[in-house]
Amino acid sequence: MTMTSTPALLDGAILRQAAFEAVRKLNPRQLVRNPVIFVTEVVSILVTLLAFRDALSGNPWSFQAGVAAWLWLTVLFATFAEAVAEGRGKARAASLRASRGETMARWVPNPDDPAISAPRSASELRRGDHVIVEAGEIIPSDGEVVQGIASVNESAVTGESAPVIREAGGDRSAVTGGTLVVSDRILVRITSEPGSTFLDRMIAMVEGASRQKTPNEIALDILLAGMTIVFLIAVATLVGFASYSGSAPSVVVLSALLVTLIPTTIGGLLSAIGIAGMDRLVRFNVLATSGRAVEAAGDVDVLLLDKTGTITFGNRQAAAFITAPGVHLQEVAEAAVLASLADETPEGRSILAFAKEKYGIDVPGIRPADATPIPFTAQTRISGMDLPQGSFRKGAVDSLSAALNQSVPPELAQGIDRIARAGATPLAVAKDGRILGAIELKDIVKPGIRERFAELRRMGIRTVMVTGDNRLTAAAIAAEAGVDDFLAEAKPQDKLDYIRAQQGEGRLVAMAGDGTNDAPALAQADVGLAMQTGTQAAREAGNMVDLDSDPTKLIEVVEIGKQLLITRGALTTFSIANDVAKYFAILPAIFVAQYPGLMALNVMRLTSPQSAILSAVIFNALIIAGLVPLALRGVAYAPVGAAALLRRNLLIYGLGGLVAPFIGIKIIDVLLTFFGVA
Amino acid sequence: MTLNGWAQIALVLGIAVLAAVPVGRWLAAIAQGRLGFLARFDRGVLRAAGIDGAGQGWQRYLLAMLAFNAAGLVLLYLILRLQGVLPLNPQGFDGVPPFLAFNTAVSFVTNTNWQAYSGEVAMSHFSQMAGLAVQNFLSAATGIALAFAVMRAFAQGSLRELGNFWADATRVTLYVLLPGAVLAGFAFIAMGVPQTLDAGVTAATLGGGEQTIPLGPVGLQLAIKHLGTNGGGFFGVNSLHPFEGPSALATALQIILQILIPFGLCLTFGRVVGDRRQGQALLAVMVGFVLVATLGIYAAEAGGNPLHLAAGVAPELGNMEGKDVRFGQALAALFTATTTGASCGAVNAMLDSFTPLGGMIPLFLIQLGEVVPGGVGSGLYGMLVFALLSVFVAGLMVGRTPEYLGKKVQAREIKLAMLAVLVLPAVILGFAAVALNIGTGISSLAAAGPHGLTEMLYAYTSAAGNNGSAFGGLTADTPWLNVTLGIAMMLGRFAYVIPVLAIAGSIAAKPRTPEGPGTLPTHGPLFAGLLAGVILILGGLQYLPALALGPIAEHFSMLAGTTF
Repeated sequence: MTMTSTPALLDGAILRQAAFEAVRKLNPRQLVRNPVIFVTEVVSILVTLLAFRDALSGNPWSFQAGVAAWLWLTVLFATFAEAVAEGRGKARAASLRASRGETMARWVPNPDDPAISAPRSASELRRGDHVIVEAGEIIPSDGEVVQGIASVNESAVTGESAPVIREAGGDRSAVTGGTLVVSDRILVRITSEPGSTFLDRMIAMVEGASRQKTPNEIALDILLAGMTIVFLIAVATLVGFASYSGSAPSVVVLSALLVTLIPTTIGGLLSAIGIAGMDRLVRFNVLATSGRAVEAAGDVDVLLLDKTGTITFGNRQAAAFITAPGVHLQEVAEAAVLASLADETPEGRSILAFAKEKYGIDVPGIRPADATPIPFTAQTRISGMDLPQGSFRKGAVDSLSAALNQSVPPELAQGIDRIARAGATPLAVAKDGRILGAIELKDIVKPGIRERFAELRRMGIRTVMVTGDNRLTAAAIAAEAGVDDFLAEAKPQDKLDYIRAQQGEGRLVAMAGDGTNDAPALAQADVGLAMQTGTQAAREAGNMVDLDSDPTKLIEVVEIGKQLLITRGALTTFSIANDVAKYFAILPAIFVAQYPGLMALNVMRLTSPQSAILSAVIFNALIIAGLVPLALRGVAYAPVGAAALLRRNLLIYGLGGLVAPFIGIKIIDVLLTFFGVA
Repeated sequence: MTLNGWAQIALVLGIAVLAAVPVGRWLAAIAQGRLGFLARFDRGVLRAAGIDGAGQGWQRYLLAMLAFNAAGLVLLYLILRLQGVLPLNPQGFDGVPPFLAFNTAVSFVTNTNWQAYSGEVAMSHFSQMAGLAVQNFLSAATGIALAFAVMRAFAQGSLRELGNFWADATRVTLYVLLPGAVLAGFAFIAMGVPQTLDAGVTAATLGGGEQTIPLGPVGLQLAIKHLGTNGGGFFGVNSLHPFEGPSALATALQIILQILIPFGLCLTFGRVVGDRRQGQALLAVMVGFVLVATLGIYAAEAGGNPLHLAAGVAPELGNMEGKDVRFGQALAALFTATTTGASCGAVNAMLDSFTPLGGMIPLFLIQLGEVVPGGVGSGLYGMLVFALLSVFVAGLMVGRTPEYLGKKVQAREIKLAMLAVLVLPAVILGFAAVALNIGTGISSLAAAGPHGLTEMLYAYTSAAGNNGSAFGGLTADTPWLNVTLGIAMMLGRFAYVIPVLAIAGSIAAKPRTPEGPGTLPTHGPLFAGLLAGVILILGGLQYLPALALGPIAEHFSMLAGTTF
C-alpha cells in the first residue's frame, strides 16, 4: 500500500518539469552550495567567453565551442539530476496539498461547554484551541481528542481507507489535520500552530523544501571540495611546468583537464541521492522529520521493539489442551468451547477458533433461554456457562480449584506447571465441578518475524524485545522469536535507562513506539519511529512517523538509511576511479606536440588530441546523466556483512570506475571521428 | 636483475620486518608508560627535568611541541652562525652564512636533513655533534611523540588528553633513540666508520701530491641519521662515501635502521589500540609499497639505458652510473626505495644518474606523502590520515557512518584530513612551478628539459616531504632555494602536524563504538588494498601532470634517442 501513486522512475511529466528547473538552478548563488559543480560552472563561463573571443576574432573556434557546450551540459546534467529527484517529491506533495484544502472549523471557546461553537478558518486555529468535529467533517488541524470517540478516515495521510477509531484518553487519541470523521462526534484540542501541522511538515519534507545536508553529506562535500582544490592546484601549476617545458596549453584545454579530474560525477549527483533517499522513505509510508534521522537509521546498532503487537500478535491465544488422567482430549476441548461461549475477549475467541481448527469442534446451537452465562470477575477469576448438558467453567488454576474445592490431579498439575514454566498461561477447565484438563494460552509470535531478526543480525543489528511480562514469559518468547536480548517487566523508565546505557557504550539505538509513556524513550533513541495511530506525544517525540503503524518497518527504515550511504560511497568511488583513464586521454593530448614520445601514453589510441580531450569531457558529462537512475533508485543493499558488501561494491564501483571510462571515452572518440566532428 | 639481487632484497627487508616486532613492542610499552625496570629511573629523570607528566589536550600538546621545536630552531641557527668562535673546530671553519644557516636549521629541526652544504667542508665538529646530531635525536623524538599522541586518540573512548609531550619526547630519546644509536654506532665503527675528533689525515698520493682526507665523529652520527630517518650525511655524498658506507653489510644495516622504527610503530599502533591486526594491516601496506618500488627501481636500473647499450655497454651491467659497485643495483634500489619511502633522505646512489623511471619512483614515493613507511612517527600519523580517508569512502559503501577503530569519522575529521593532504601538493607544485620560471631557479639546474624539471620538482618534493634526499644536479645553496626550501620544509612538517593533532583531539573525544558484524573491518587484505588505492589516488594522482613533463617525458624521449 502506498500513500500516493508512485511515479515511474523517470516519468515524462516530471522530466519535462525538471528540464526547466535544471536551467533555473544554474543560478550561481544557488549552485555555490555545491562546490564541485560551482567550479564547473565558473570554468564553463570562462571557456564560453574564450570560444566567443576566438569566433569574433576569426580564429578556429569549433573545438572551443564544443568543449564549452559539453561543460555546460555537465553542469546541466547535475542540476537536472537534482530537479528530477525533487520533481518526484513535488508530484507527491501536490496530491497531499490537494487533500488539505481550506477547512472551516467549529471553534469551541469554552471546552467545558462544547455545545457552543463558532465558525473559524482552520488556518486561524492556534495551539490549545478546541474544536468540535462531527461525522462528515474534516478535522481542521492536528490535535488530541479530549472528549468522545469517533471513527476517522485517514486515507488523506496514510492512504489506508479503512476507518480507524480515535478516542479520548489512552493511546489512540491523536488526530491529524485533513482527515475525515466518518461517525460520531469528538472534541479536539489543537496541538499544532498553523503551518506546522503534520500535513504541512509532510509536504515540506517530500518537496525537499526543508532539506538540510546530513552530517555524512557535509563530510562528503568537504572531501569533494578538498579534492577539487587539489586538482585546481595540479592544473594551475601545470601552467608553470608547461611553460618551462616550452609549451603553452590553452585555457580551454586546461579547463577540460580540470573539469574531468574534479569529482563531478558524485558532485553532480550528491543532492539527488539525498532527496531520492527521503523519497524512498516516503514511498514506504514513513515520514522522517530530517534527513539526519534517515542517515542515523543506517548506523543503528540496537533495535528496541515492543513485544506486544510487534513481535507477537499482542494477545494470548489458545495453543494446546492438556488432560487430567482418564479424560479424553476431545472432552476437554468440548468443555473448553462451552465454557468460553460467553467469553467475548480475544482469548476466549481464540479458544473457539483453536478447538475448531485442531479438533473440528463446531459451536453448538444453543437457545439463549437454556444458557446462563457466568461472567468473569476480577474477584472470582472464573467464567463459564450453565447449560442443560452441564455447567462448564474455566479460569485460573488456583481459583478454579479453590472454588470447586477440588485439588488438581498430580499428573495434570505437572502439565500445568510445564505450561507456566514455558512462559504461557494455563487455564483450568471443569465440567460439573470436576477439573477435566487445562488450556494453554500463549503469546503467538508473528510468522516470519524470526527470519527478519536473522536478517537484522546479518546487518549487524541487535534486536531487543521490550515487554511488561515476567522474565520467564519474556525469555520463552524471546527464544521463540529469535531476538538477541529482552527487557522483562519493563517500565517506561527502564526503556529509557536501557537506551541511555546502550548509547553510553557508543551504540546507536532505534525504537518504535506509540504510547504517551513511550515518548521519553522515543525522544532519547537515535531513531524513534512513532506510529501514526499513536498519541500526539509519541508522534512529537519520534523523529519518524510510520503512517502504516507497523513497528517492524524499522527494518526497512534501516535498509533505506544504509542504501543512502552506500549509494553515496559507491558513486564517490566510481567518480574518483574515473580519473585514471582521463589522465591517459588528456595528458598525451596536451603535450604530444612538445614530447612526441608521450603518444605512448595514449593507450586508447584516440584519434587526435582534440578528439581525445572532447571525448573525455563528453564522457564526463554523459556519465552524470547515465547514473541519474542509479542515484534515484539507490545501490542495492544486501544484508551480507560489511566485508562482503565492501568487496562487492569495490569490485563494481572501484574496478568498474577504473575500467568504464577507458571504454566509454574510446567509443565516443570513435563516434566523433566517424561523424568527422573532431 | 639477478637471483642474487632478489635474495639480497628479500633478506634485508625480511630482517627489517622481523626486527620491527620487538621494536614495536618496546615502543608500545613506552607509549603506554609500562617502563618496567626503568620506572624508578624514569621518575627521577622526569622530576629532575621538571616534567610533571600531566596529560595535555591536543592544543597544549601541540603548543609544547611547537615551543620545543622553535627553541631548537633558534639554538641550532645560533650554533651554525657562531661556529667560527665555538670550540671543536679543528678545521677552522667560519660561521655558516645566514640563508644557509636558516635552511640547515629548519632542515634538521623538521627531520628533513636537506643539505645545501657539504659537511666535510662547512661544518665544524661542534656544529655536527652539538647542533645537527642533537636535532637528529630531537626531531625524531618529536615525530614519535606525535605518533604516540595520535595513537592514544584511537585507543580509548571519550579521552580528553593525548599524553604529555615532554614526557613522551624525553622517554623516546632516552629509551629508544640513544641506546639504539649507540648500539648501531658501535656496529658501524666496527665496520670501519671513523669516530674521531681529528680534522682528518694527510696522505701522500702516488702522484707525489698531498691529500687531506677529512675525518670526524662519523660513526655515532651515522647511526642516528638512519635510526631517526634523518638522512643528513656527515659527508656531502652521504652513504656513498667510503667512511659513511664502508661495505655492503653497512649499507644493509643502514637500510634496516631507516625503516625499523617506521615499521615498528605500525605494530606499536596495533598494540596501543588493542588490536594487533590493525597495525599489521598498515605495516603490510607499507612493506607492499616498499617492495613494489624497490622492484621498479631495480628493474629500471638493471634494464639500463638503451642509449648506453647501443653505444656498446654490456647489457648485463644495466645502468651502473651513480651507483657503487660495493653495493650493486639491488641494494641501491632497496636503499633508494626505503630512504625515500621512509623520509630518511640518506642516499647510497646518485638519483640524478638513474634512468628516468628509476629516478621517478623515489620522487613519487615522497610525493605520496611520506607514509610508506614515512619518517619516524610522521609516517604513522600520515598513514592514519589516509586510513581515515579510506575508511570514510569505504565506510559509506557498507552503509554506515564510517568508523575507524570504533571512532566515527565525520565532517570535522574529513575537513582536517583534507587540510593535511592539501599541504604537500600546494607546497611542492606551487614552489616548483614558480622556481622553474624564474632566472634564479633555472640557473640552479644542471640539466635542461624534462631532467631539469625533475631536479627542481625533486628538490621541493624532498623538502616538503621532509625527506631531505637530493636528486643531485641542483645547486641548492642560493638565497632563493635556501629560503623557499626552508619554508617548504616548515610547512611540510608543521602545517601538516597541526591538522593531524586536531584530528587526534577530535577523535580522542569520541566514544568508541563496539565492533559488530556491520562494522567495516580495517584489517585484512581487502582494507589494505583499499588503503593502498586511496594513497595512490588521493596522494599521488595530482602529481601526474608534472611527472608527465618530467621523468615520463624524459623516458619516452630517451627511448626515441633524445637526451637532455
